[in-house]
Amino acid sequence: MVKTATNLCGIEMSNPVIPASGTFGYGYEFAELYDINCLGTFSFKGTTKDPRFGNPTPRIAECPAGMINAVGLQNPGVEKVISEELPKLAKCFSKPVMANVSGFSVEDYAYTCEKLDKCEQVGWLEVNVSCPNVHGGGMSFGTSPEAAAQVTKAVKAVTTKPVIIKLSPNVTDIVSIAKACEEAGADGISLINTLLGMRIDLKTKKPVIANKMGGFSGSAIFPVAVRMVYQVYEAVNIPIVGMGGVSSAEDVIEMMLAGASAVQVGAANLIDPFVCRDIVNNLPEVMKKYGITDLKEIIGGAH
Amino acid sequence: MQQSIFTVRSNICLAKGVYEMVLGGNGKSVTAPGQFINIKLDGFFLRRPISVCDWSDDSITIIYKVVGKGTEYMAKLEAGAELDVLTGLGNGYDMSKSGETALLIGGGAGVPPLYGLAKRLIAEGKKVKVILGFNTADEVFYEENFKAIGAETYVTTVDGSHGIKGFVTNAFEAAGGYDHTYSCGPEPMLKAVYNASETSGQYSFEERMGCGFGACMGCSCKTKYGNKRICKDGPVLIKEEIIW
Ligand SMILES: Cc1cc2nc3c(=O)[nH]c(=O)nc-3n(C[C@H](O)[C@H](O)[C@H](O)COP(=O)(O)OP(=O)(O)OC[C@H]3O[C@@H](n4cnc5c(N)ncnc54)[C@H](O)[C@@H]3O)c2cc1C
Ligand SMILES: Cc1cc2nc3c(=O)[nH]c(=O)nc-3n(C[C@H](O)[C@H](O)[C@H](O)COP(=O)(O)O)c2cc1C
Ligand code: FES
Repeated sequence: MVKTATNLCGIEMSNPVIPASGTFGYGYEFAELYDINCLGTFSFKGTTKDPRFGNPTPRIAECPAGMINAVGLQNPGVEKVISEELPKLAKCFSKPVMANVSGFSVEDYAYTCEKLDKCEQVGWLEVNVSCPNVHGGGMSFGTSPEAAAQVTKAVKAVTTKPVIIKLSPNVTDIVSIAKACEEAGADGISLINTLLGMRIDLKTKKPVIANKMGGFSGSAIFPVAVRMVYQVYEAVNIPIVGMGGVSSAEDVIEMMLAGASAVQVGAANLIDPFVCRDIVNNLPEVMKKYGITDLKEIIGGAH
Repeated sequence: MQQSIFTVRSNICLAKGVYEMVLGGNGKSVTAPGQFINIKLDGFFLRRPISVCDWSDDSITIIYKVVGKGTEYMAKLEAGAELDVLTGLGNGYDMSKSGETALLIGGGAGVPPLYGLAKRLIAEGKKVKVILGFNTADEVFYEENFKAIGAETYVTTVDGSHGIKGFVTNAFEAAGGYDHTYSCGPEPMLKAVYNASETSGQYSFEERMGCGFGACMGCSCKTKYGNKRICKDGPVLIKEEIIW
C-alpha cells in the first residue's frame, strides 16, 4: 500500500489533490457528479467583503493548451457565503475547506478573513494577493514584497487558522515576495495564480475578452509553475501549495518533487469535471510506477 | 449532466457551411428541448457548446455552422469517430408554457433547438408555427423537416432570395395569432422578437463559456431576477426577466 497522505500547515490530508479557487464554485456543482470527500480539500471561489458581479462578458478566451479568464471575482460577498454557501456545502463535504479570499484594500482582506476564520468548516485561509490595490494606484498587492507583507500581517493579526498567501506570477522576483510573506507570518505559500494574457479576434480586430486582458492558465503554464515552486521552495521554510496547468497524477508528483506539499488543479476541472476524482484514483498506481511509497517523502525531492 | 463517449453516425452538409451530425450514445440525459451539449475536440482546450436539435434514447442530433477552427474540425469528422461529450446541460425550454398555439422563431444557427421543441409540442397536440430566418437562399436548412412534422412554416431571407424578404419579424403578420413565443438566434434577432411579440416568451442566449456546467462564472449575465449563468440557469430566459 502506498501512502498518498500529506500535511498542509498542520492539517492532515488524505491526498494532496485540491481543486483550485474559481474552478470549483462552492463545491456543490461537483458534488452532484461525484463524492467530493475523496479530495484532499478544495479551495472555494474567491470571496470578497461585498458582493460582486464581476466583469462584463465575454469573460473567456481559448488559447492553445489553455484559456484566459476575466471573471472579475464574481461572488455573493462574505456574509452570503457564510449564511448560504457554507451550510449548503456542509451537506456534501465533511472535510476542512480552503477559504479563498480577495480584497481591494488591506482592511478588506482583514475584514473578510476575520469572518471566515470563525467558520468551523474552514481549515485554511488562502489569501489571493493578485488583486489591484485601489488605494495603491491599482497595482496588485502581489507585485510588491511590502504590500504582500502588509496584507499578510493584517490577516494574521485577526485570524487563528493557517494563512496561505497565494502569489501572482506576474512579477520579476517571486522569491522576494514569498520571503516577505514568510517574514510577515504567513503559514504557507500558494502559487501560481494566472499569468496576464490577451487574445485578439481576427474577424472583429478587437480583444476577445470585454476586459481586454485576463488570466492565462491551463496546461501551457505548467512549466512556469513548476519553476516558480522550485525557486520558492529553495527560499522559504513554510509549506507550498503548487498549481498551474496540473491535469494528471504525474503532474501532481512533478509539482511535489519541485517542492509542493499539496497541489491544486484549476482550469482542467472546467474541461473534464471528473479530473480531480480521477487524479486521486490514479495516484497510487502512478506512484508505484515511479517507485514512490510515501508522497510526503518526495516533497522537494528534485532539489 | 453526464459525461460519455458518443460515436459519429453521420455528418452531412445541409446548406452552405452548415452540417448535421448524428451522434450515437446515451441520449437519455437530455431532459428538455433547448438544452445543449459540450463537445471535447482533439487539439482544442475548451469544449464546444452546441444545442441539441433532436434526441432519442440512443442518439443526439446537432446542427452546426462552421465559423472557426473547432467547427471546421467537426466538419471533417467521419462516421465512426468518437467524441467525449457532456450532455444534459442548461435548463432548456419549458413546454408547459406554450398555450394552444406556439410561435417558434429561429435565426441561422439558432434554428436547430426549435426542431426538437416543435416535434414535442406537436406530439402534445399543440399548434406550432415556425419562422426560420436566414441571410440568403443557399443558407436555408430544415424547412422541409419542420413541414414534415406538421409545423406551419415560414422562411425569411434578408435578400429575399427565398420565402419572405427581410427579417424574422417581417413574417409575424403572415403567421398570425399565437399564445407564446420560443426563440433562439443572434442577440439582435432576439431583441427584435422581444419588441415585436405581444405575448410571454422564452429566449435562448449564447455566451462564451469556460465550463458549460455552472462552475466558472464565465457566462454570467444580469437579469431582473438576479445574476444568472447562461450555461446552467439558462440558456433560456423568460421575457419578463431579460435586461438588454
Ligand atoms: C448554448 C449554446 C448553444 C449553441 N448552439 C449552437 C448550435 O446549435 N449550432 C451552431 O452552429 N452553433 C451553436 N453555438 C455556437 C457555437 O458554440 C460556436 O459557433 C462554436 O463554439 C465556435 O467554435 P469554433 O472553434 O469554430 O470558433 P472559434 O471562433 O475558433 O472559437 C474560439 C472560442 O470561442 C468560442 N465561441 C466562438 N463563437 C462562439 C459563440 N457564438 N458562442 C459561444 N462560444 C463561441 C468557442 O467555443 C471557442 O472556445 C452555441 C453556443 C452556445 C453558447
Ligand atoms: C475561471 C477561473 C477563475 C479563477 N478564479 C480565481 C479566484 O477567484 N481566486 C483565485 O485565487 N484564483 C482564481 N483562479 C486561478 C486559479 O485558482 C489557479 O491559480 C490558476 O488558474 C492556475 O491553475 P490552472 O492552470 O490549473 O488553472 C481562477 C482561474 C480560473 C481559470
Ligand atoms: S461557462 Fe462556466 S459557469 Fe457558465
